[in-house]
Amino acid sequence: MPFRLQDRFTDLLDTLGALAQLLGEAVQSLRHQRPSWRDFVAQLYQVGVKSQSVVLTTGAATGMVLTAQTYFQFHKVRLDTATGAVVSVGMASELGPVLAGLMLTARVGASMAAELGTMRVTEQIDALRTLATHPVDYLVVPRFLALTVAAPLLTAEAILVGIVASYMVGVKLLGIEGVYYLAYINRYTAPVDVVMGLIKAVLFGAAIALICCQRGLTCPQGAEGVGRATTEAVVAASITILVSNFFLTLLLTQLLT
Amino acid sequence: MIEVADVWKSFGKSTVLRGTSFTVARGEAVVIIGRSGGGKSVLLKHLVALLQPDRGRVSVDGTNLCSLSERDLLPVRRKFGMLFQGAALFDSLSVFENVGFVLIRERRHTPGEVRRLVAEALDMVELPGTEEKTPSELSGGMRKRVGLARAIVYRPGILLYDEPTTGLDPIAGARIDAVIRRVWSQLGVTSIAVTHDMASARRISDRILMLHEGVIHADGPTPDILGSHDPVVYNFVNGIATAPALTSSVRT
Repeated sequence: MPFRLQDRFTDLLDTLGALAQLLGEAVQSLRHQRPSWRDFVAQLYQVGVKSQSVVLTTGAATGMVLTAQTYFQFHKVRLDTATGAVVSVGMASELGPVLAGLMLTARVGASMAAELGTMRVTEQIDALRTLATHPVDYLVVPRFLALTVAAPLLTAEAILVGIVASYMVGVKLLGIEGVYYLAYINRYTAPVDVVMGLIKAVLFGAAIALICCQRGLTCPQGAEGVGRATTEAVVAASITILVSNFFLTLLLTQLLT
Repeated sequence: MIEVADVWKSFGKSTVLRGTSFTVARGEAVVIIGRSGGGKSVLLKHLVALLQPDRGRVSVDGTNLCSLSERDLLPVRRKFGMLFQGAALFDSLSVFENVGFVLIRERRHTPGEVRRLVAEALDMVELPGTEEKTPSELSGGMRKRVGLARAIVYRPGILLYDEPTTGLDPIAGARIDAVIRRVWSQLGVTSIAVTHDMASARRISDRILMLHEGVIHADGPTPDILGSHDPVVYNFVNGIATAPALTSSVRT
C-alpha cells in the first residue's frame, strides 16, 4: 500500500509538471505568433454557443431547487424574504461558476480529450508536426482561449438565469412578496460576489482546457486508450474545479473584500 | 543529405533499434525493408524527429535534429513531406483544406494561388476535382493519394512514405507506386519509403536497405538486393519462412 500511494503521488507530480509545461508552451505560442482568428471563432462557437442550453438549464434548475429548499427552511423562522438573497449570493459566487464549469467539463472537455486523443492514435498529431505546425499552436491555444472567454460569459448567464428562476419560484409559486424579494437580493448581493464568480469561471475554463487537451495529446494507443483518456480528463477536471473552488473562495475573499 | 548515426531506441524492455546507421544522398529513391514490427516505421519517424533516439544522432543537411526543441524543429520539418500508413488526413477538414493546410497557415500565398497549387497537387496524384470532398467520402487508395498531395503541395525536398501500399488491393497499390515514382522523377525529391511489400519496393526504389534485428543488415542497389544470396535477405525477398518460424507456425 505505501508503494501504491507513492506511485499515485509521483503520477500526480508528473501530471502537474505536464500541465505546467503545456501552459508554458501555450504562453510561448501566444508570444511567438498571432493565434488564428478563424480557429478561435470556430472553437468559441463549439464551446460557447453550443453549450448555451445545457448551462442555462443547469443554472435555472439549480436556482429553482435552491430557492425551494431555502424557502422551506427559512419559512420555519419567518425569514421567507431572505430566500432570494441566499440564492443570489450562492449562485453568483459559488454555484454559478462551479456548475457551469462542471457542465463545460462534461460537454466540452470530454469532447476535446476524445477528439485530440483520436487525432493522436490516428497519427493526425504526428501529421501536424510533419506539416511544420506545432500541435499547441493549432489545437491547444484556440481551445484554451475559447474556454477562458466562454466560461465567464456562460457563468454570467447561468447566474442570471438562476436568479430569475429563483424569483419565479419564490414569488410566483411560493408566494414571497416580490418587492422584498428583490430588495433583499439587491441589499445582500455585492458586486464582489459576481466578480469572484467570474474570476473563478476564467480559471476553471483555463483548467478544463489544459487538463483535457493534455490528456488527449498524451492519450495511449487504441480505442481503449481514447476512452481512458476521456474519462481521466473529465474526472481530473471535475475534481480540480471542486477542490480549487474552496481555496479560491478563501483566497478571493481575502483579496477582494 | 540525411545521416543516421548509431541510433538506438527502446520502448520499455523492447529494444527496436540497436545502432542503426546509414546515409541518404539528395535525390535518391530509397526503400527500407524489413519484417513487420522490426522497427521500420520507428526508424522513419526518427528521420523527421517525430521520435528522438535514446542514443545516436540524426542529421539533415548538417543540422542535428536531436539537439533541437519542438519549436526549433518546425522549420527543419518544412523540408519534409510525409505520407502516413493510414494517410492521417484531418477528419474535420475538406480535401482542399487538408491538401492546402500548410499553404493556408503560412499565409504567403493569395487564396487564388492556394487554390491553383492544391489543384496541381491533386492533378499530380490523379484526383482532380475532389477539393470539396471530405476524408470520410474517400476510399483507402484515394485517402493515401490525398495524403501524398498534402505532402507534395508545398514542394518539400524530402518525401517519406510509411507503408504506402499497406491495406490497398494490388491495383490500387500499383497505382500509388506509379504516383510515388512520378513525383520522385518530376519533382526531383529525395524519396524514402518503408515497406514489406517487395513488389512495391521493386517499383519505387533505386536502392534498398534491409533492417534486421535493429541494424541495417544489407544496403545496395535494388537489383543487387533483390538478387542477393544472403540467407536473411533471400528469405525475406522471396517470402521464405525460416525453419524455426515454420515450426512455430505449424505448432500454432
